[in-house]
Amino acid sequence: MLTALVFAPTAVALLLFVLPRRTTPAFFRGIWVAVSAIELTLVIVMWAGYETGGGMQYEERARWIPSAGVGYHVGVDGLSLPLLALTCLLFLACALYSLRENRRIREFAALFLFLETTCLGLFAALDLILFFVFFDLSIVAMYFVIAGWGHRQAAHAALKFFLYTFIGSLALLLGFIGLYLAASPHTFDMVELARQNPLAGRSVYGGLVLLAVVVGLAVKTPTVPFHTWLPPAHVEAPAAGSAILAGVLLKMGTYGFIRIAMPMLPESWRRYALVLVVVGVVSVLHGALVALAQTDFKRMVAYTSVNHMGYIVLAVGAAAATADSSEQARSLAVTGAVTQMVSHGLLTGALFLLAGVLYERGRTYDMTSYSGVAGAAPVFAAMTGVAAFASLGLPGFSGFIAEFQIFTGSLGPRPVATALSVLGILLTAGLFLRALRQILTGPLRLPDAPGTPRAFPDMRAHENLAVVPLLVLAVVLGVAPRFLLDVIEPASRSVLELLAR
Amino acid sequence: MTEMNENPLDLLPEVLLAASAVFGLLLGSWLPRARQWLVGMLAVIACVAGIVAASVAAAEPSTTAFGEAFAVDPVTSTSRIVVLGGTLLVLAVSFRPLRGDARESEFYVLVQLASLGALMMAGTQDLLLLAAGYLLASIPAYTLAGFRKDGPGTEAALKYYVVGALLGVLMLAGITVLYAAGRATGYPMLGEAFRDAPKALLAAGAIGLLAGVLFKAGGVPAHFWVPDAVQGSSPPVAALLTTIPKIGALAALFRLGDVVFADSTLPWPALVAVLSAASMTLGNLGAFFQQDTKRLLAYSTISQVGYLLMPVAVAGRSDLAQQALLYYLAAYTVTNLGAFAVVCALPRAHTLDDYRGLAKERPLLAASLVICLLGLVGTPPTAVFLGKLEVFSAALEGGYAWLAVLAAVNTVASLFYYLRWIVPAVSRTGTPGPAEGDRAARYVAYGAAAVSLGLGLAGGPVLDALSGPIIR
Repeated sequence: MLTALVFAPTAVALLLFVLPRRTTPAFFRGIWVAVSAIELTLVIVMWAGYETGGGMQYEERARWIPSAGVGYHVGVDGLSLPLLALTCLLFLACALYSLRENRRIREFAALFLFLETTCLGLFAALDLILFFVFFDLSIVAMYFVIAGWGHRQAAHAALKFFLYTFIGSLALLLGFIGLYLAASPHTFDMVELARQNPLAGRSVYGGLVLLAVVVGLAVKTPTVPFHTWLPPAHVEAPAAGSAILAGVLLKMGTYGFIRIAMPMLPESWRRYALVLVVVGVVSVLHGALVALAQTDFKRMVAYTSVNHMGYIVLAVGAAAATADSSEQARSLAVTGAVTQMVSHGLLTGALFLLAGVLYERGRTYDMTSYSGVAGAAPVFAAMTGVAAFASLGLPGFSGFIAEFQIFTGSLGPRPVATALSVLGILLTAGLFLRALRQILTGPLRLPDAPGTPRAFPDMRAHENLAVVPLLVLAVVLGVAPRFLLDVIEPASRSVLELLAR
Repeated sequence: MTEMNENPLDLLPEVLLAASAVFGLLLGSWLPRARQWLVGMLAVIACVAGIVAASVAAAEPSTTAFGEAFAVDPVTSTSRIVVLGGTLLVLAVSFRPLRGDARESEFYVLVQLASLGALMMAGTQDLLLLAAGYLLASIPAYTLAGFRKDGPGTEAALKYYVVGALLGVLMLAGITVLYAAGRATGYPMLGEAFRDAPKALLAAGAIGLLAGVLFKAGGVPAHFWVPDAVQGSSPPVAALLTTIPKIGALAALFRLGDVVFADSTLPWPALVAVLSAASMTLGNLGAFFQQDTKRLLAYSTISQVGYLLMPVAVAGRSDLAQQALLYYLAAYTVTNLGAFAVVCALPRAHTLDDYRGLAKERPLLAASLVICLLGLVGTPPTAVFLGKLEVFSAALEGGYAWLAVLAAVNTVASLFYYLRWIVPAVSRTGTPGPAEGDRAARYVAYGAAAVSLGLGLAGGPVLDALSGPIIR
């Protein structure tokens, strides 16, 4: 079932190319939406059948390349299930959002379906090489999305994105090989590696492997100082591409921290966790401060991603401090980190889609060119407002739950770092409020570039269909998060058990 | 020495190829010009029969032929299959452009002889046979490089020949010195003798030997001929020059490292590691700003030799080295030939800009190009990715972590120039791109791309087959 969930989109994507050339664009869009909806249904069915606290479920194994220690092994637990669900939801949102897309829709739909396979496959993978294959293929697919459908500087931004994340992926590969060689018998199987803890007692080797793995994941996350690829990639990508990039692809890095680095390299992780805490705090503050200086709406949202991902890095770093902190606090930090991944995916996905709406109406992201949009487009204004408030961590939204858990969990082990990070919330609150005031309030003023329509039409039906569910879910998670936390908590406890060895 | 084993059937693939070459030469002088393609068909049959014979031999236990001068073991068997398979692809892309050429049958004969030389180099267990294989692989290739008899072709052949002759002489000198140091030419005996041979003598001999073998492999520092010879010769010949001789040369180097120099007083692994690092780095630097596709692929092949040298460096120190090298060789051959098949399929496109808009006119060909180029980068799930995984693992296991890191950095650098080619090919803007081309070459490109993907996805059984013991 999991295999079907992962590979169905790619199978359909290949079928799209078999269809005759004269097929209408509406047909492709219809298939795209239908497949995404089926995927979401499948993942909901899986969630319904998931036994809370039952460890790894829906496991599937097959021999693949046994002589290289590589096997096909997938499975779902409390860490991956929320992310799988998030992936399916965001891809459906993007499919709905793109119902008006006309540029080479066949290729666009096929690329997104393929991208969906890579994302689902990565979160389901329980073999390091399988993980790596999906990690790299997601880079390739996203490269073509940015380069093929992006804005003016897209080629350059796409290249930068590709080079950065590809360097990261190769560092990751070296780290994986290091783990593989340390295990006996040699294997890439994640469950087996986590059980063996092959680098126990080998501090130098373990440190180097951890360095390679962390650098690879940190580029993807991205944390300071590896974040410079992110703003151009986000700004130049099409709206749906940005939403996936921020909503799903960035999670691959932080997911890797919790899935690979913490359970497989517990000793080294504990030893060097302080570095991660520092990197997390710097990312939080740097991301927020730079976002504050932006006049470009999309670029600003991109930098807040650096800030929000910084919280996650802080939490996973703080969770390693075993001395003088209760187990409950650390578990809270890890749970908060996973919740933050889901929450950030929903909210940033929504924000980027809204940025796409803004661009489609005014052909620019420059905030100073707009003013008083709320009067012309009240629904758009309301949604942007909700997304922004949720993103800055207001109670009642998912972001609050996540950040509250992260801060509560990290405060005990790392008080200074946590106190500094809380400042990040203040800064993001400031910058979102400033952006809202600039765009939404005041007398109506719209960009006056040639070719732009003078009116600012409100949200269209397909745009509503894409954005509203994301925001609704963010509110549901903010008010009644138990159904999510019940799934995450047992998994985060077992990660901490592995970490404490 | 054991009793002489002179059963020619052990050399069946080589014998078939030689017989077909000789018979083809005779046949070619009798056939009318319009029927010369029969010689090509004969070559195809010989290659297919050779692959079958090599597969049968691979299933049997390893043996030696002609008094330990020629080994029939997994290294030889794999090289045979890869060389003959590669030759088939080269023949397939050359049928169309050579159809009706005055020297059509000569071309096929020369291709077969060059492959035969590569086969001899791959299987030899004796320095003198290695030298013979070198000459057999080189001389037909010199002729092929200048086959078109035009300006660039002549320059290519001349450069190739002068460098080859010089390094060949160095190689013979090196073999002489090694003979003096080890008092034998057979590898197993040399391996014994080199355990306590004088270091300076060994070093001088080994460097001479390396000069020749690296020339065939196209690795730094014997790489100067590669860009000019590849750019100057016709695309099918360029495809041949960048793949077939390399297979033989790298298999020969692996044998030398594993059997002859593994326990010697010479720091052979370090020497090969440095050459490997230089090859991948200089090849990449050279490729960065090339506009001509053949020249870009020429530099890319220099850098690929660097990766291929990594398992050679750790031969005998890592259990993974052999299967890593053989798998990477097979993966590289099919991927590189796929990229060249795209070049052959579009004879009027020379620079990267000429590929603009290819995806619109020929989506399948563009997809093949993208798969092959990303394959050369080592993006999963193509065959070269699995090859790189094995090669990196072997290098790390053999204690050459710095080399693996450098290779990773180089892989990223290589991405830059492959993308310079991919981007125009998949972009939709610009003038309508290259026009009608060669249909056979197109199918070869599709096939090679498919095999490259398939070998990556289902590499398990292949890797299993490659890990048998080598003859010592």
